[in-house]
Amino acid sequence: MNFERVAITKEAAKIVNELKAKHGELIFHQSGGCCDGSAPMIFEKEDMYLDESDILLGALEGVNYYMNQDQFEYWKHTHLTVDITEGRGSSFSLEIPLGIRFIIHSRIFTEEENTALNK
Amino acid sequence: MSYSKPTFKEKYGNFINGKFVDPVGGAYFENNSPIDNTLIAKYARSQKEDVDNAVAAANAAQEAWGNTSAAHRAALLNKVADIIEANLEEFALVETCDNGKAIRETLNADIPLSIDHWRYFAAVIRAEEGSATELDANTLSMNIKEPLGIVAQIIPWNFPLLMLSWKLPPALAAGNCVILKPAEQTPSTATLLMEKIAEVFPPGVVNIIHGFGPEAGKPLASHSGVNKVAFTGETTTGQLIMQYASKNLNPVTMELGGKSPNIFFNSVMDEDDAFLDKAIEGAVLFAFNQGEVCTCPSRILVQEDIYDKFMERVVARTKAINQTNPYDVNCMMGAQASNDQYEKILSYIKIGKDEGAKVLAGGEACKLDGEFANGYYIQPTILEGHNKMRVFQEEIFGPVVAVTKFKDEAEALEIANDTLYGLGAGVWTRDAHQLYQIPRAIKAGRVWVNCYHAYPAHAPFGGYKKSGFGRETHLMMMNHYRQTKNMLISYDKNKLGFF
Repeated sequence: MNFERVAITKEAAKIVNELKAKHGELIFHQSGGCCDGSAPMIFEKEDMYLDESDILLGALEGVNYYMNQDQFEYWKHTHLTVDITEGRGSSFSLEIPLGIRFIIHSRIFTEEENTALNK
Repeated sequence: MSYSKPTFKEKYGNFINGKFVDPVGGAYFENNSPIDNTLIAKYARSQKEDVDNAVAAANAAQEAWGNTSAAHRAALLNKVADIIEANLEEFALVETCDNGKAIRETLNADIPLSIDHWRYFAAVIRAEEGSATELDANTLSMNIKEPLGIVAQIIPWNFPLLMLSWKLPPALAAGNCVILKPAEQTPSTATLLMEKIAEVFPPGVVNIIHGFGPEAGKPLASHSGVNKVAFTGETTTGQLIMQYASKNLNPVTMELGGKSPNIFFNSVMDEDDAFLDKAIEGAVLFAFNQGEVCTCPSRILVQEDIYDKFMERVVARTKAINQTNPYDVNCMMGAQASNDQYEKILSYIKIGKDEGAKVLAGGEACKLDGEFANGYYIQPTILEGHNKMRVFQEEIFGPVVAVTKFKDEAEALEIANDTLYGLGAGVWTRDAHQLYQIPRAIKAGRVWVNCYHAYPAHAPFGGYKKSGFGRETHLMMMNHYRQTKNMLISYDKNKLGFF
């Protein structure tokens, strides 16, 4: 059986595909704390310097989803679903001019998922 | 006593070169009040061309401004303070409308503190001096501080006018010209300030650009005509801004997130007195500004032998928080700043519950009636759990506190420092040794000792670890906006003798 760390809602997937059509190759990066933080941000692929400290959690609509390894330590037992909601953010995430924002719904992994993904 | 929503113009442009101008592309965005989700006004949706115009205006003004006397610049900073003070109520009302916070906070904290920061930096540049060292009988080393030139500043939405007043005065006092971008959720008090002080500074010295991060923020942060970028916000955007700055080899200062521990040792309950009352309020300060503070004391750590008794009083005090019309002076906690914040906070409360945290207070949205039914209100929430839970590790930026107990000093420090961040911390004790030793062992830039959430000018504020670097609200910030010109002067008439 295949287990995944990240998933995406249909509504959010539609926005990701619109952004891909407009901007080309993209990545998601899960931001850390403060004002507009703890949110998934989407950037043009070349915009952000990634290295081995960024953990690849999976791909959504062909867009890789990364998180910094320090943060991953605390998040690794949770499943993330990317959704979209009305709102404004002051980050550089590409959906913001559309008057919407990506957000995360989380749930704790089942024992089975946890064994498969983290052990 | 209650105020009501202030009135606004239909739309506001950018403030560039001393006047309000339409954005080059002609586009505006709508800005709503989180109090009732009604329209405030439209603000300029800027693009790279607008940023270019602001940088050009700043560039044209910089040389003359950088050569003004400290006395002159100080006088202008004081003038700004006087103007805000004369209009304090208007600024407070507009801030409450735009951000959602309770009017008693804007009247008594945001605006008065903003005024004082302008005055503080006006005073700083009158009192400080350069330095000169006689290296030997004929050689003098003289250090003169010079402005960097053009500074870009990007500020958040949680304390709109106060964050502006942390950033603009030191940069201007140092002789720089500034392009400041307010957060798009809260463009109103920056705009009101420009209306009031339009004539104070020469055109081009202060410029305000509105708009969205990817469209206006990024071109500003990456602009080759800018000499420094100062940012307050979250970590991923911080990393991006540092990348852009690296292309221009520009210095940056960053004030990023936090997950601040607020530690209560058992001696706080030795007496049932004014100090205990203060300590309980200190724990409940997680709800200050709806929890939308980088230094929100979002982890309460209580020594186990007083845990039950202490938390009983904290819970009771939290439940007594009056959530009502934010324009009412009796309102103690207003609206979250936006819908996405609201959604995010509720999703964190859910994950806290899923992870097994126990809800001691709140745990739900707060439904207000009538015109406020469409606003974004959340009950102050206390979650009991352990430090490895996500609600203990991630900045929720809402009125949600995670509480746990500790055995002794060693365990308190272990939990306090087990975080990616190091912005603030609180230590509460009657023990004279702990008063010094515990704050010294906490890896954070600001440790409040027997107090919390005080932000006076003249005390440096900034982060350790992933909370950033740079020290604001203090003379130290001046050197983040300047460079040092060293003149090495020889008074020796004789040649070296090499050639």
